[in-house]
Amino acid sequence: MDPILFKAILVLTVFIVTLLVALYATFGERKIAAVMQDRVGPNRAGPFGLLQPLADGIKMFMKQELIPSVSNKWLFIIGPCIAMLTALMTGVVIPWGGNLELFGQTFSLQIADLNVGILYLFGVVSLGVYGIMIGGWASNNKFSLLGAIRASSQMISYEIAMGLAIIALVMSTGTLSLKEIVMQQDAGIANVVYQPLGFLIFLICAFAETNRAPFDLPECETELIGGYHTEYSSLKLGFFLFAEYINMFISSAVIVSFYFGGYNFPFQHELGLDGNALTLLQTGFFFAKIFFFVFFFMWVRWTIPRFRYDQLMHLGWKVLLPLALINIFGTGIVMWWMGKI
Amino acid sequence: MLTNRSIKVVKKEMSLLEKAYLPAIFSGMLITLKHIFMRKATIKYPEQVRPIAPVYRGQHVLKRDEAGAERCTACGLCAVACPAEAITMTAAERQKGEENLYREEKYASKYEINMLRCIFCGLCEEACPKEAIFLTDRIVPSTFQRKEFVYGKDKLVEPIDHRVDVTKRQTPAVLEFKHDKHHKHNRTFLDKANQQNSHH
Repeated sequence: MDPILFKAILVLTVFIVTLLVALYATFGERKIAAVMQDRVGPNRAGPFGLLQPLADGIKMFMKQELIPSVSNKWLFIIGPCIAMLTALMTGVVIPWGGNLELFGQTFSLQIADLNVGILYLFGVVSLGVYGIMIGGWASNNKFSLLGAIRASSQMISYEIAMGLAIIALVMSTGTLSLKEIVMQQDAGIANVVYQPLGFLIFLICAFAETNRAPFDLPECETELIGGYHTEYSSLKLGFFLFAEYINMFISSAVIVSFYFGGYNFPFQHELGLDGNALTLLQTGFFFAKIFFFVFFFMWVRWTIPRFRYDQLMHLGWKVLLPLALINIFGTGIVMWWMGKI
Repeated sequence: MLTNRSIKVVKKEMSLLEKAYLPAIFSGMLITLKHIFMRKATIKYPEQVRPIAPVYRGQHVLKRDEAGAERCTACGLCAVACPAEAITMTAAERQKGEENLYREEKYASKYEINMLRCIFCGLCEEACPKEAIFLTDRIVPSTFQRKEFVYGKDKLVEPIDHRVDVTKRQTPAVLEFKHDKHHKHNRTFLDKANQQNSHH
């Protein structure tokens, strides 16, 4: 098989799987919220309510599309598109599994093994704020603008702590490639053992980056109506909401790849499985881990109330940033002590 | 101060563990996790129906007698008794040849109950001297329009071939109780008038 054809199929598969997972994440969110509040949740559309996301999607399609006459029309349309685009772009560098052998050729289940994968990831993630910023700005609405301002300052603040947490990880692994990081955890010891503090900081920042509770201040229904998407309706609103779920899925995948061994699982080499079977099993384990973290995102959302804005900034700049710096120094000292530098 | 129940607020500094928030967040998450496995109170309505009392007071029925004639004589006692003022009616005189339709010489040509006003107290049933109106165990279905909740005779009078069973609410004990004039509330104004006449 032509490698380019395989890549094209892989890209399409990742695209569809990402959308599917995000689709059912909305269903999962509602269901988990319900059971945590002693309710039943959506159960009318299809068996166990499994067709609920489809019904929601159709509803979004059918809604009237409103573009405020005082808004900047093109920016208004571009906003949700950027949010969606950047959300989908991050899946490219994630290693979804090991190598697959087809027709005597070996294919990697990673779309692009960039040697600067982490930098690419950060670049794209920081672009994501433009979607919210442009959307909020173009709406010509005070609530939207407030939401957009909050989103941008929040994302900038937490990106620094997140980047510093990753620097410690890069120090201990010595690479910027995601594939390399995952392969290093092949032996069975996940990076979280070496970088517990870094993991904690990264996790908290991931919540802030994806605008999820307790850091969902850009949306913040109780204060800002809908925040940056107040003026949006129909499919464009759907894009914004959907981008959040894609972001959640991708950041779960990134957390798993960075700190929880990616597609590796314990005793994988003792099973005596060969090539393709092992690869598929690994991919299954990878998704199981991802789903746990998606669940974790929701679990936290339905447990913790929202931060106040000054508390959010306090946490980002005065707590997480110093902690991340301490983590870097600590990592450096330990590595020097162990003679790895 | 007056009740002596005021609690003095102590604004003490949080300890380092409390400032870290993580233990508190963790215990909170354990609580939500516990709730996942708890029994839900929801009754999945159309499939699952909550058991109702045998004497449940639901949608009204206007009864016919054994021959199939309407029992209601449009006396208006139900409308007077109704605390929600949900009942209205128009009386008409029975014409020749309508004896099989209406039991007595006077009948209700129009009889309406506004189900949005009705509080299902059952006082209409208690007031009725002709055993014509009863509450049943049927639930008033929801609709989209307010005006659809005003039930006319088409919905209230029981169909001849589909009699509504009210034996649960019309037990012999109830009947006896209704006719027992020792109870003050069972005396109509006619009884009271008779009583006053006999005194004179």
